Amino acid sequence: MSAEQPGSPAPPGPPETPGPAAGGPPARRTATLNHTIVSAIVEGSPAVVTFLAILAAVVLGGLLIAFSDPTVLHAWSTFFSDPVNALTLAWDAASGAYVAMFEGAIVNPHTVAAAFHGGSVGAIFYPLSQTASNATPLILTGLSVAIAFRAGLFNIGAAGQWVGGAIVATYLGFAINLPPVVHLIVCLLGGFAGGAVIGWLVGELKARTGAHEVIVTIMLNYIMYNLLSFLLSTPTALQQPGQSNLISPNLAADARLPHAGGPPPQVDLGFLVGIAAAVGLWWLLSRSTVGFQFRAVGANPSAARSAGMDVERSWVRVMLLAGGLAGLGGAAVILGPLQQLTFNSYGTYGFDGITVALLGRASPLGVVLAALLFGALHAGGTNMEAATQVPSDIVEVLQGLIVLFVAAPPLIRAIFRLRRARAAGLEAVPKGWNP
Amino acid sequence: MKLELTGITKRFGSLVANDHIDLTVEPGEIRALLGENGAGKTTLMNVLYGLVQPDEGEIRVDGKVVTIRSPKDAIAAKIGMVHQHFMLVPVFTVAENVTLGMERTKAFGLLDRRRARRDVRALSERYGLDVNPDAYVEDLPVGVQQRVEIIKTLMRDASVLVLDEPTSVLTPGETEDLFRIMRGLRAGGRSIVFISHKLKEVQAIADTITVIRRGKVVGERPPTATDAELAALMVGRAVQLRVSKTPAHPGEVMFDVRGLTVPGEHGKPAVDDVSFEVRAGEILGVAGVQGNGQTELCEALMGLRPAAAGSVLVDGRDVSNMAPRERLRAGIGYIPEDRQEDGLVGDFSVADNLVLDVYDRKPFASGIALNLDAIEENAVSRVAEFDVRTSSVATPTSTLSGGNQQKVIVAREVSRHIKVLLASQPTRGLDVGSIEFVHRRIVEQRDQGVAVVIVSSELDEIYALADRIAVMYEGKITGFRPPTVSADELGMLMAGAGGDGAAPEAADALDPAAADGLDPAAPDGPDSAGAERPDSAAADGQP
Repeated sequence: MSAEQPGSPAPPGPPETPGPAAGGPPARRTATLNHTIVSAIVEGSPAVVTFLAILAAVVLGGLLIAFSDPTVLHAWSTFFSDPVNALTLAWDAASGAYVAMFEGAIVNPHTVAAAFHGGSVGAIFYPLSQTASNATPLILTGLSVAIAFRAGLFNIGAAGQWVGGAIVATYLGFAINLPPVVHLIVCLLGGFAGGAVIGWLVGELKARTGAHEVIVTIMLNYIMYNLLSFLLSTPTALQQPGQSNLISPNLAADARLPHAGGPPPQVDLGFLVGIAAAVGLWWLLSRSTVGFQFRAVGANPSAARSAGMDVERSWVRVMLLAGGLAGLGGAAVILGPLQQLTFNSYGTYGFDGITVALLGRASPLGVVLAALLFGALHAGGTNMEAATQVPSDIVEVLQGLIVLFVAAPPLIRAIFRLRRARAAGLEAVPKGWNP
Repeated sequence: MKLELTGITKRFGSLVANDHIDLTVEPGEIRALLGENGAGKTTLMNVLYGLVQPDEGEIRVDGKVVTIRSPKDAIAAKIGMVHQHFMLVPVFTVAENVTLGMERTKAFGLLDRRRARRDVRALSERYGLDVNPDAYVEDLPVGVQQRVEIIKTLMRDASVLVLDEPTSVLTPGETEDLFRIMRGLRAGGRSIVFISHKLKEVQAIADTITVIRRGKVVGERPPTATDAELAALMVGRAVQLRVSKTPAHPGEVMFDVRGLTVPGEHGKPAVDDVSFEVRAGEILGVAGVQGNGQTELCEALMGLRPAAAGSVLVDGRDVSNMAPRERLRAGIGYIPEDRQEDGLVGDFSVADNLVLDVYDRKPFASGIALNLDAIEENAVSRVAEFDVRTSSVATPTSTLSGGNQQKVIVAREVSRHIKVLLASQPTRGLDVGSIEFVHRRIVEQRDQGVAVVIVSSELDEIYALADRIAVMYEGKITGFRPPTVSADELGMLMAGAGGDGAAPEAADALDPAAADGLDPAAPDGPDSAGAERPDSAAADGQP
């Protein structure tokens, strides 16, 4: 069998049969980098599709901004008498909004100019700082959803796990006295544990009873919301003494995450916690036996079982970790920008985590990039609303459009006239057996 | 109806799946399309059925050129297709499935169910299909579901039926039924294109055999052509159909199974008090028609399925209460029945799959850190040693051919110092070349002193490998036989008759004569003669 080419790992076919049928694999292997890049673009590799999805969403969002502006609409009604004016106004409205967004999220040229004339250098980095701050909880909830997904589970419960983490972190933050650095570390670990318990419960229920994690996590979200509401209305628990509102006491000063530069909403140490979690998770998934097992269980549970892996234990472990990450996200928000817990602190972090994980294709790096994008949209949206009267709700629309396009690659391929990915025809391709 | 394909060429990127293929199917002919997996048979039929558009070439029906852009066009041209994977709605009845897409209605748009049932029954009787129009598809055995697909094409008045690897899902008995039906259809003037990579079946049913290799037609042969000739044409070189092995030298008892009982679905045990011993350096072949408890037996032996009673000893050590991981560690190598479902993680690379059950042991891991270099080194040497055809060790195994996937599993399992090798259907769906390779490796393990258990429903395989044969029927082992036993006797045992133990029930599960017809290989059959044939047959396939 190996008469012709012993020891060669990838012989495409017998050397004495030249011709196209045997030429496939080597041709593909020797493809130049250029060719790879070109085919990635024309066939729409995942990264390209994601980029084009964002582009398409920005264009559609721009149209939406332009045509929801009363001035533009009025000019449009006289389009035939003055088309240039209508188009100019539409362009101005959309570009003005996006410029304001950019200035709010990345850098504002005025602050750079001001810095040269004796202004604050720190002010240059204020927009980026806000972006990072907004991205922090999304990184953590996004990682939570992503790691569960890699093990084949849909964690819809990042919201509830976030609440679990926030409750524990808040309680530890105001109720106990510890030395400065230790207190903060205990609060963060407590946040992780608070979320992890909720996640573990989901994993254990699935492993022991077969309960579907989607149902369990959705229901646990409601339970956690109401638990939070109960605790915040109970003075002996989390409610601030002398308050009738659902609000916790302020955290002790040494339980707060140290800020870079100015006061909140500038970025704090939580961002580094998020980045560290992403790096740790990357290592865990791609370089550790635990991650190998998670990925095997996620990709093919029956093969994992036949190879001796304990599929049920993996579910429990991965949900524990996922819950912990979401809980850490809760801790990062409470110990960072908010500094006290209220009934609506949880916002949409948990559910944004799902879209972040989707946009980031469940990879740690992708999640960080997607969270930064969404963080930038939020930071920019706030500035845009202040500067241009365009409602910051447009940010939610943009987020929705991006996810919609990312979730429907064929749509993007159709819009940008990309060829169908080669993988589609692969089954029919001769697999190159065998002299 | 006469069907002609001329110069059909289909390229996928730089690969030519079909290279100027000419094929003519006369009316009332059963034409076999024989070729390895990936030779381009299915692509050709997808071209014919409008699922894939050819780059060149034309299709003629009764001399007239037709353009087939979709299955609709194909149906209009009276071409019917029975896919490898059935396209049926499980919760619908047979009649509903058959009329789906061509529903006849009465007044007010009501479905004419009575007429649908009557039509199905008429067709069923005419061709001896024996299908009840009111049965729900999900309740039917696979063989009958396939007949529903055939009825579907007949209802659409197909003159040419394309059957894509129809026997791959069938038991020997069902296969014989299918052949009877195919002969009936031929007698009714319809033509059949029968796609297969199994030599015996092709010889048994075809009027003419067209052999395809690497996208080209490499020859046409009558069904009287020898196995060796067809195999050589198909593979491009002489193939050893029966692996040569020396007599076994059994040693100590290495694998000892006593009174193993596994609960089944309907209160009846799936495995019923099964006991056997396998010695070091011996191959025990477990024969039997699919679905007689073999799957459950293997899973219970591996700890993947709970056993109700019994014990399993590996080299004298009781592993009965161990989890799969510990059993693997205790020295059992496992080649599961369904390689894609249970044997491999398709999205994982070849390298990762090669360490799927040892990834957390030295040298592949220290602590919880994976040692990627060791994993890669291991992969490179295994790929070379086991001749796995892959473009790199980082390639996902799902893109490999079935034979190469199986080589990855075999390489993984035999490379970790095992005492027992448990292989279930180790060559199902593989091409001849890969079968030869896998068989050789299994015999090699035996010669190194491993106790081997082969579970197979292919009698050929049992004969090729086993030093001792056990036959399973309805969860019990009905007898042990030496490998010199006749196929007739094995067929009887597989059908529950003539066993050593309990009196058998109805013997109609498998017609022994049918099994004989399919597997004429006696222990010293003609196959071995083909082993050393010169390359002349292969040479005429070369361009």
